[in-house]
Amino acid sequence: MIGLNLVYPFAGLIFLAFAGSALRDRSHGRRIGNALFYALIALSLLAGDRLGDLGNGVLVLGLVAIAGFGLMGRGDAATTSPAERAAEAAARRNRLFLPALAIPATALAGTLAFKQMPALVDPKQATLVALTLGVTIALAIGYAWLRPRAMTPFDEGRRLMDGVGWAAALPQMLASLGAVFALAGVGDVVGGLMGRLIPEGSLFGAVLAYAIGMALFTIVMGNAFAAFPVMIAAVGIPVLIHGAGGNPAIVAAIGMLAGFCGTLMTPMAANFNLVPAALLDLRDRHGVIRAQIPTALPLLAVNIGLLYWLAFR
Amino acid sequence: MLVLSGILIIVAGFVLRFNPLLVVLVSALATGLAAGIGPLDLLAAFGKAFNDSRYVTVIYMVLPVIGLLERHGLQERARTLIAGLRGFTVGRLLLGYLLFRQVTAALGLVSVAGHAQTVRPLVAPMAEAAAQQQSGEEERDEEAAAMAAATDNIGLFFGEDIFIAIGSILLMKGVLEGYGIVIEPFHLSVWAIPTAIAAFVIHGVRLMLFDRRKRRP
Repeated sequence: MIGLNLVYPFAGLIFLAFAGSALRDRSHGRRIGNALFYALIALSLLAGDRLGDLGNGVLVLGLVAIAGFGLMGRGDAATTSPAERAAEAAARRNRLFLPALAIPATALAGTLAFKQMPALVDPKQATLVALTLGVTIALAIGYAWLRPRAMTPFDEGRRLMDGVGWAAALPQMLASLGAVFALAGVGDVVGGLMGRLIPEGSLFGAVLAYAIGMALFTIVMGNAFAAFPVMIAAVGIPVLIHGAGGNPAIVAAIGMLAGFCGTLMTPMAANFNLVPAALLDLRDRHGVIRAQIPTALPLLAVNIGLLYWLAFR
Repeated sequence: MLVLSGILIIVAGFVLRFNPLLVVLVSALATGLAAGIGPLDLLAAFGKAFNDSRYVTVIYMVLPVIGLLERHGLQERARTLIAGLRGFTVGRLLLGYLLFRQVTAALGLVSVAGHAQTVRPLVAPMAEAAAQQQSGEEERDEEAAAMAAATDNIGLFFGEDIFIAIGSILLMKGVLEGYGIVIEPFHLSVWAIPTAIAAFVIHGVRLMLFDRRKRRP
């Protein structure tokens, strides 16, 4: 069956190409560091399941050493000048959008189609398989139409990847930190503290503690999924559901969404907040978070209100 | 209580701007040791979780296509296209994108768009071009680019929970079942709808205000 067994090797080969591209770039001041970093990610994607748990741990130490010692940087990779780009844009017009739109279009059509063929494609991974297919199609169109040298797409892709740099590994690192926190029982301790903070007998106080606790714990962990089991155990189940007779579906669903408001406000949610700032070359690496806070705070207030008025009828 | 030292390390590390990968590793080390887990077991647990979450990193496979198209003028074309449309504003563009992102995410199509696939090559350059045109400024409008990325996140977060088979719904169902509360995913997903509407209204109003701020004085 086609699933992650196709997606991971494909992505691994692309990171291997990034590593090769970095290594060949003699104008790049930190080419060895970047090449090693991409090669380690390629190794993780290609052979992660064969390395064993401890082997993967050592691989992570390698990534952290490269990033922690400041061995990564951006080069001045050769690319086209703004004038050349403007001339090409004028000549090629809207056809330039076709390969770019082929990726989401294939991801969409492929997801819908693959779900109908569970024997061929793992239904849980239909979207990632469709995305891989979309990239393959777009790359084929790009080669046939624009006729680049074989390595050019990977040199250009690596130019963008250099902008992201070590931040590429941060989401996976934070997921792993979450696993260690769970193993060490951090959630239970935090939950116990939150439970003691609630004013006795005040339903609104308990709602506030639950929703704001979800947002705050998400800000620290970068992930509402880590906060939910803690807050539902500390406040949601004992106080809101069993104590005040709240509707469990509403308490759970709106609590999770209060956590998502926290996700919008934290650098710990690196793949949503730091990586796009790097991808877009923003000078302010917290620029995306700054743009989100004025939506996140009123929305958190709305969630508190919804929870209070809807869950306890 | 000592296991909370990891949280303090995370906060302090970010404030003092140490390399975040290093901060995360030190935090995991401190937390694990405080809980009495041996160093090798800790490294293995960390490595296993790292391997299990590789799916978040595969999205970078789109970069060769995006890079190649940028080399041939994709972003410039996106800007020109916007400049040719009358009555088109950064707020209206992003409001349309917000709706598209929320609706597709609610249908479970979360990977159809995203920062690497659509924001960097298309939405951000269009937003920047529209904002520059509105304000008459020559310089690159980073605020509009940041708003484009923010709009993508908000649309995704407050759309996806309406879909019944998304990870967070399954997590909630699983956790509640552990306490003997059985709920159908559908009953969780309907209660995401009021917040989804509120998110659209709040962020939509902000986008309209953003437009007004960008208008030439």
